[in-house]
Amino acid sequence: MPDAPHPLAAGTPAPDFDLPSTPDQRVSLSSLRGQPVILAFYPADWSPVCGDQMALYNQILPEFHRAGAQLLGISVDGAWCHAAFAETRKLHFPLLADFEPKGEVARRFGVYREQEGICERALFVVDAAGTIAWSYVSPLGINPGADGILDALDKLAAPSKGAH
Amino acid sequence: MSRLTVAVGSQDHVSGPAEAPVTLVEYGDYECPYCGEAYPLLKAVQQALGDKLRFVFRNFPLADMHPHAVHAAQFAEAAAAAGKFWEAHDMLYEHQDALSDQDLAGYARELGLPNTALGQAVSGHYDAKIESDFSGGVRSGVNGTPCLFIEGERYDGPRDYDSLVEVLSERAERR
Repeated sequence: MPDAPHPLAAGTPAPDFDLPSTPDQRVSLSSLRGQPVILAFYPADWSPVCGDQMALYNQILPEFHRAGAQLLGISVDGAWCHAAFAETRKLHFPLLADFEPKGEVARRFGVYREQEGICERALFVVDAAGTIAWSYVSPLGINPGADGILDALDKLAAPSKGAH
Repeated sequence: MSRLTVAVGSQDHVSGPAEAPVTLVEYGDYECPYCGEAYPLLKAVQQALGDKLRFVFRNFPLADMHPHAVHAAQFAEAAAAAGKFWEAHDMLYEHQDALSDQDLAGYARELGLPNTALGQAVSGHYDAKIESDFSGGVRSGVNGTPCLFIEGERYDGPRDYDSLVEVLSERAERR
């Protein structure tokens, strides 16, 4: 049995990364400071339609943007594969290629599956200061939906009373 | 475990008795092939459970993937305004390969909807309802279509006839 994943927990500073978003562009996490960032690690491009997590998030993108958040999809697929996938599914957010060294970023977030060589289906909400506010790992075959992400974003927007 | 955040209410399209011991809510998209596959199956499940089941349909059109899904949902809402939601719902799922605006106009005629009903619908008359179904679904953890909730809990189990009848009957007994 593979080890259970140990995703970085809330309160941990998110490790910075700089990954290709297209064959000739890169996105770094630190460049998005000042706004919440949703990191959606997923196992692979081209999983079956309709239940597809990235296609779902694409449709929900306006709700994420209303909360001031940016969404980044991350898998070990290469930039050309991502480009074809994003074009076919008409995705309006970046897919990052954790391709070389393979799975390095997923590993640093504690969500790489060594045995299969793919990412877990894992979600992180990073706050404007770059700290992980919420994380969740879904069973690989189950699309986690977006309710957890939106709840975490709500909490960021309305910090608990008595915090100061 | 994801839970339904919007209780079944007067805004919903409901089939089956209000006091039924078990409620099944489907978030669906009229152009989604998986919803199309689930359609006859859910009909059979409804038949098997009879008065024990209350079935609710809510809109979850994945517009980027399914170019006809939104107009189809608008048409069904227009039919609902004329008291013919389930006729429209069934018509759409029985003709998933024919959902163009022209096809929808034909269905509207077939249902005897007022002449202006479809035009009004596609110009956005029911969009607030469709969008509120959608965002309520997102908040409830809808993770693709069809997405089923049994007694308010997202159902991630097998979606074949036997499994659904079993789990729904079991929930109905528990009440």
